Amino acid sequence: MAEALPAHPDFLWRNPDPKPSYDVVIVGAGGHGLATAYYLAKNHGITNIAVLERGWLAGGNMARNTAIIRSNYLWDESSAIYEHSLKLWEGQPEELEYDFLFSQRGVMNLAHTLGDVRDSVRRVSANKLNGIDAEWLDPQQVKELCPIININDNIRYPVLGATFQPRGGIAKHDHVAWAFARKCDELGVDLIQNCEVTGFVKDGNRVVGVDTSRGRTATERVGLSAAGHSSVLAKLAGFDLPIQSHPLQALVSELLQPVHPTVVMSNHVHVYVSQAHKGELVMGAGIDSYNGYGQRGGFHVIEHQMAAAVELFPIFARAHLLRTWGGIVDVTLDASPIVSPTPVDNLFVNCGWGTGGFKGTPGAGWTFAHTIATGAAHALNAPFALDRFVSGALIDEHGAAGVAH
Amino acid sequence: MILIECPNCGPRDETEYAYGGEAHVPYPADPAALSDEEWGRYLFYRQNPKGLFAERWVHSAGCRKWFNVIRDTASYRIETVYRLTDPRPDLTRPDHGVNS
Repeated sequence: MAEALPAHPDFLWRNPDPKPSYDVVIVGAGGHGLATAYYLAKNHGITNIAVLERGWLAGGNMARNTAIIRSNYLWDESSAIYEHSLKLWEGQPEELEYDFLFSQRGVMNLAHTLGDVRDSVRRVSANKLNGIDAEWLDPQQVKELCPIININDNIRYPVLGATFQPRGGIAKHDHVAWAFARKCDELGVDLIQNCEVTGFVKDGNRVVGVDTSRGRTATERVGLSAAGHSSVLAKLAGFDLPIQSHPLQALVSELLQPVHPTVVMSNHVHVYVSQAHKGELVMGAGIDSYNGYGQRGGFHVIEHQMAAAVELFPIFARAHLLRTWGGIVDVTLDASPIVSPTPVDNLFVNCGWGTGGFKGTPGAGWTFAHTIATGAAHALNAPFALDRFVSGALIDEHGAAGVAH
Repeated sequence: MILIECPNCGPRDETEYAYGGEAHVPYPADPAALSDEEWGRYLFYRQNPKGLFAERWVHSAGCRKWFNVIRDTASYRIETVYRLTDPRPDLTRPDHGVNS
């Protein structure tokens, strides 16, 4: 921690004008869109791709998340896709030839009630059965791993233990996006910023192009990877998605000496905290309750998470809040993503990652690229199709992962 | 923090209220007659517009009554508040349709 960051690189990608046609158009140049384009090129040999971005590259949720990476999900379907993602993360700095400071400092999920303890121990067992590293820690072991945490039993929600995933950690999110962007560019992908999709061109029920603020582009396949704005795009294309867009806020303190060696998350008192390489304490918690596209929320939500943080980490009481911000998260009712074909032919959607999309970046890209290239789901994302909301085969991660990602 | 005008108690901070999502979603008249597709839409699909949205709030720390609000989800500005028994006000604008 508090180590020097890699020097800010020179230009990593061209800024081409849109061509009249592409084999694949990806809408949204966030982490997921860029990873999708990268794996389309690398795994499927498709390089005539445009990634269209309404604003600037990786300026949405990719710049606003708390950069936590883990795969300790309860259900088999989730642990499979998130663990695949984590394994990709482990090889990525080398593969993308870019050190984005992936730091496997471990992720701890605290238990504060008997119910928490039972759920957590169950989740550790489920993780182990799925070959995912997981341990149950008693309060003393929690204290040994993270000495600044308060494990006294005289607080409202004392720490009764924690699950620990040693391979979890954090990465520099903007550097991750730039790493993917540079490789995409080298592989011939056009990354086009300031280019808003305003409509879809259809031939019958098949998408054949997109209208954008920079003109019409023909394409054979379209992949939507627009997180909080997915519903807006789906509406333009003529279908609905079972998601709701909410503000999700996060905050950082000023730069401090390294005090926090791991990542600590608490669903019950509701905060998650890590310390960035530069030294800021990075915190987040739950969504603002109402639907919102405003990239901001109420300050009472920030106050609530800081209160939780100070109870768990009394040493933070004198830290100063430096900055708060919000992103727009696309939440499904089962807290699991949608990586799927849609009712429109040749139009595919990757959305619904809600509050936990960053950790899924490589896995989302890998499976979404497969779905776009072949027209069919990869084994890893087959359970995450839109049709689960008709069949009822939901992947209900609320209990294990609903609030704190 | 949003300031919300409760129809019974007047303007109060957002922290006194709880959110209830999209308004005007009736329970199906004959649920057994619905196809899986229709039941899935009733359970899981809600409008998610960027713009005007008719939604429910309850004044949990006040009169504990539910009511409806039309709010812009991009600016968070509240356009109007109305009782559950009132019809939905027609606020359609050229750039935003209610729940569309």
